[in-house]
Amino acid sequence: MAKKSGTIPKNSTAAPPKMPARPKGNPVKTIKRLMKYIGAYKGRFVIVLFCILFSAGAGVVSSLFIQILIDNYITPLLVADNKDFSGLLTLTITMAVILVLGALATFLYNWLMVGISQGIQKKIRDEMFEHMQTLPVKYFDTHTHGDIMSRYTNDTDTLRQMLSMSIPQMFSSVMTIIAVFFAMITLNFFLTLFVLLFVVVIMFITKTIAGKSAVYFIKQQKELGSVNGFIEEMINGQKVIKVFCHEEKAKEEFDRKNEELCKSATNAHTFANILMPIMNNLGNIQYVLIAIVGALLSISGISAVSLGTVVSFLTLSKNFTRPIGEISNQLNSVIMALAGAERIFNLMDEESEQDNGYVTLVNAKYDSSDKLIETEERTEMWAWKHPHGDGSVTYTKLCGEVVLDGVDFGYEPDKLVLHDIELYAKPGQKVAFVGATGAGKTTITNLINRFYDIDDGKIRYDGININKIKKTDLRRSLGIVLQDVHLFTGTVMENIRYGKLDATDEECMAAAQLANAHDFITRLPDGYNTVITGDGGQLSQGQCQLISIARAAVADPPVMIMDEATSSIDTRTEALVQKGMDGLMYGRTVFVIAHRLSTVQNSDVIMVLELGKIIERGTHEQLIERKGKYYQLYTGAFELS
Amino acid sequence: MIKTLAKCIREYKFPSIITPILIIAEVIMEVLIPYYMADLIDKGFQNGNNVDMDYIWKIGLVLVVLALVSLTFAALAGRFAAIASAGLAKNLRHDMFHKIQDFSFSNIDKFSTSSLVTRMTTDVTNIQNSYQMILRMAFRAPCTMIFAMVMSFRVNASLSWIFVIFLPVIAVALFIIMKKAHPIFRRVFKKYDKLNNVVQENLHGIRVVKSFVREDYENKKFRNISKEIYEDFSKAEKTVAFNMPVMQLCVYACILLISWFAAKFIVFGDMTTGELTSMFTYIMQILMSLMFVAVIMIMVIMSKASGDRIAEVLNEVPDLANSDDPCKEVEDGSIRFDNVNFSYAKDKNKLCLKDINLSIKSGETIGIIGGTGSSKSTFVQLIPRLYDTTEGTVYVGGRDVKEYDLETLRDNVAMVLQKNVLFSGTIKENLRWGNENASDEELVKACQLACADDFIRRMPDQYDTYIEQGGTNVSGGQRQRLCIARALLKSPKILILDDSTSAVDTKTDALIRKAFLEQIPDTTKIIIAQRIFSVQDADKIIVLDGGTVNQIGTHEELLQSNEIYQEVYYSQQKGSADHG
Repeated sequence: MAKKSGTIPKNSTAAPPKMPARPKGNPVKTIKRLMKYIGAYKGRFVIVLFCILFSAGAGVVSSLFIQILIDNYITPLLVADNKDFSGLLTLTITMAVILVLGALATFLYNWLMVGISQGIQKKIRDEMFEHMQTLPVKYFDTHTHGDIMSRYTNDTDTLRQMLSMSIPQMFSSVMTIIAVFFAMITLNFFLTLFVLLFVVVIMFITKTIAGKSAVYFIKQQKELGSVNGFIEEMINGQKVIKVFCHEEKAKEEFDRKNEELCKSATNAHTFANILMPIMNNLGNIQYVLIAIVGALLSISGISAVSLGTVVSFLTLSKNFTRPIGEISNQLNSVIMALAGAERIFNLMDEESEQDNGYVTLVNAKYDSSDKLIETEERTEMWAWKHPHGDGSVTYTKLCGEVVLDGVDFGYEPDKLVLHDIELYAKPGQKVAFVGATGAGKTTITNLINRFYDIDDGKIRYDGININKIKKTDLRRSLGIVLQDVHLFTGTVMENIRYGKLDATDEECMAAAQLANAHDFITRLPDGYNTVITGDGGQLSQGQCQLISIARAAVADPPVMIMDEATSSIDTRTEALVQKGMDGLMYGRTVFVIAHRLSTVQNSDVIMVLELGKIIERGTHEQLIERKGKYYQLYTGAFELS
Repeated sequence: MIKTLAKCIREYKFPSIITPILIIAEVIMEVLIPYYMADLIDKGFQNGNNVDMDYIWKIGLVLVVLALVSLTFAALAGRFAAIASAGLAKNLRHDMFHKIQDFSFSNIDKFSTSSLVTRMTTDVTNIQNSYQMILRMAFRAPCTMIFAMVMSFRVNASLSWIFVIFLPVIAVALFIIMKKAHPIFRRVFKKYDKLNNVVQENLHGIRVVKSFVREDYENKKFRNISKEIYEDFSKAEKTVAFNMPVMQLCVYACILLISWFAAKFIVFGDMTTGELTSMFTYIMQILMSLMFVAVIMIMVIMSKASGDRIAEVLNEVPDLANSDDPCKEVEDGSIRFDNVNFSYAKDKNKLCLKDINLSIKSGETIGIIGGTGSSKSTFVQLIPRLYDTTEGTVYVGGRDVKEYDLETLRDNVAMVLQKNVLFSGTIKENLRWGNENASDEELVKACQLACADDFIRRMPDQYDTYIEQGGTNVSGGQRQRLCIARALLKSPKILILDDSTSAVDTKTDALIRKAFLEQIPDTTKIIIAQRIFSVQDADKIIVLDGGTVNQIGTHEELLQSNEIYQEVYYSQQKGSADHG
């Protein structure tokens, strides 16, 4: 299997964190939890169970019917002189009524079960997604996306199948077994004992086969994962393969893995395929044995065995072994579904992002006495509402002042990525971070919007410790444009509007103009209504970045973080974008992270980071003067000129 | 579609054919067994108390033998079915993978990466399951039906007519149910794709969702689709829920009718009780096989979409092919574009490159500058023939690129792509993509050239350091340098860097270019860059604008006369200009 681990946090030089060890399976707990979901459909579920009972009962009755028919009607009629069929007619009609009811019950439980299983599936799916949204960024950084995805696809699906098919069928099978068992016992004790003995033998054999099958299935799943992983990696790098003419090597490697998968798949399916025929034919052999034992019993006279008894016993015994086979068949899918359910519950049990913040962001205005007060109106002025322990509430105007005081941080304990960061960004300042990859630039921004929480020190926003601010309000006050652009499937307009859901088309277009994206958008086949797919497939990286800048611009936040936001845009366009942004961000705080020094030169203060420490700070001119690291970086660019 | 897929059965033809034959043999046993069972009851237990033990032993033995034979056939059939279906899946994956390897860039562009992955994984599994199902059931069900029918007619012809009446009833009912359910199922699957897409986008863009505080918005989006799936899926399954009761009603009706008439027949001596029980077994067999037909129909319908998607890949014609008599050697690193037009859509009205005419001498260093969307990457991708020109000709080493063997051409024209990837494996393994037989010294040399040697040596396992999938455990700049080293190992005549040093700091960037100049002077070097200083010492700089060549010249020439170049230059020099 391909060596694989979670993706590590961007810019962290730390070793990839280990996947949290899966808690050992606890099927009882999982079942209990599932029962809670079923509990929501208590009434319907009881009806379902009742219907299954009835339907299974009807099935048993229909097989008993033959015995009654032969023993009570046909045999007497054979010897009777008066061939009166009226009794038989009554029996047939009674049976017809029972059986029609049985069929109705079957329909009813199938029908109801659809609603229950689909409802539960939907509920679990929705809860899982909702919970996922509350998880900290760390979770997504440390789990592979494929792994999370499979919970939405495979795991919920096997769960639904278990609910809609396996559970009713198993319940029905159990009911049938019990009913048949009692029917057999009333018919003949010795023959029942014999059947039971044989069933033990059958169960032993199936258990052995099912066990073998499970081993190969696990092997198959593992190799399937390996092949799929290989496919994914190769297809993602297909263009590189072409450029390096690596096709033949890739084919060779693939064929090898493919061959292995084929072998284990063959074995896994072989055992699964032969399980049912074995059950069936053992049932047949049992049939013969019962006939022989029945015959011997009737000869020896130990217990009186009538022809009808033997005949219906033969039918019953088949009805006894068949559901046992079905249960063992379903057991595999139940185990798989429970494993899936456990994975789902694991995700749901992941701890949500903790938010003890109580300072909120509210619309504000100055009242007649120039005091800041809260208002319902959309005043375009915001204030932090800060309730205190004594019940009083103070309001602080949102300005965008950010202070980092002695901040230490590491993605993993004992492995600090940032050391003692001191930073002071006044409202309206443009603060830039410069430094090699891995120096910790992105990490700082991850801390300001609390994607990660700091280990030591303090971060203050407008003088308020950000731990006190409600995360959603904190993030709403921060605009962020990331290096890796993520657009969502939808039109260009919808993607820009993501920044402010109630923005008008005009506002969105104005933002696009600001980001210098308007021109190319209008050149797209359907302009602003062009549908783009999630990865922005048909747009160049630079174009995606421009859209994401427009998206942040429409949100119009007091503080903006631009993390390599223009790295794929040519410098000419970048200059235009910057001009637009400078206009927009006038009076607002901007954090800029960039490789290109030209991007950061006009910043109010530039921080040079190295190995998680700020080693230099100052304006461009000051830093040049100082002839330190920044100077080296800067002159490095012009060394050859 | 079926024809395309059937071609992939190949070496698994034998198991594919033998499986149904074995199954038919098994079915014959299965049908014979009730016949003998009836015999056992009738002749073994005469009149209840008259037991013919010898006969029971005899027929019992026959039955056990039949059961064992049937078991053997079934086991063999199960084995062969597994071989055939797993084999078909293997061949499908194999053929698709090989086909994709032969795809040109434009073929790859046509299918999205994720759709290719789904086709090779989920779709193949679907086909594998339905193929196994078809092999095992498609023959079994009709055969069981026919044999059971024949046997029941032998037992009692007039009673057998009863299920002949019921068969069309069931068939029509099943048909109606399926017809109603099928389009809904299809809709469900489409919506599932949508749902998965939402989850996937949220996983990738979780930082965006969180920083815009759009959790509720995303929840709503998800819940809407989730609800649609719930509604449609419930509707489809509720339709299918009619299957079982309809079947049961028919089975029960048959049983009652047959037993009513059979009772009369028996009483009047036209039939035996044993025959009645075997009649019941046949009813069950016939109706069960009908049920299986319904299941197979669902499976086949559901996997049809998968089959179509696989066939689409297999039938795709790679649009780049070697010429009949390919040239296996590239003379030198000279390049010439002769009236080249290019469009991704092969549409002359949507040209990405227009009227490109230029020539580059072997060993020159060429810089390419241009705005976002000026088709810089497109331009260079024509050189190693990753795409074919729409009009005009590209010459490498004095020959039309179409005359070369593709492998020869691409070995000599090394290209470092903008969206570059490393593969899971050690650094050494990754580097050897460039040259399989490179010695350790050669690896080190290439890495020194690309300024990668230093940081590799600082890594815990140095050249044996394991690179995670997608190269996530090295930084962007390190990744780019490894990619350059990998390309250098080809010792190409032409080296193309498509914005490949954007994440590398400026000093290292300069060092790399200096090394190029000194160490591989005979190699033609084409450098696409955003930063002026990355190209300013090039022999020639090509300024691209909107898919056309705006101007070609040296740094000084362009700085004097080219407006675009000046703008780019000054946008990058502003700080120092201010400074003095």
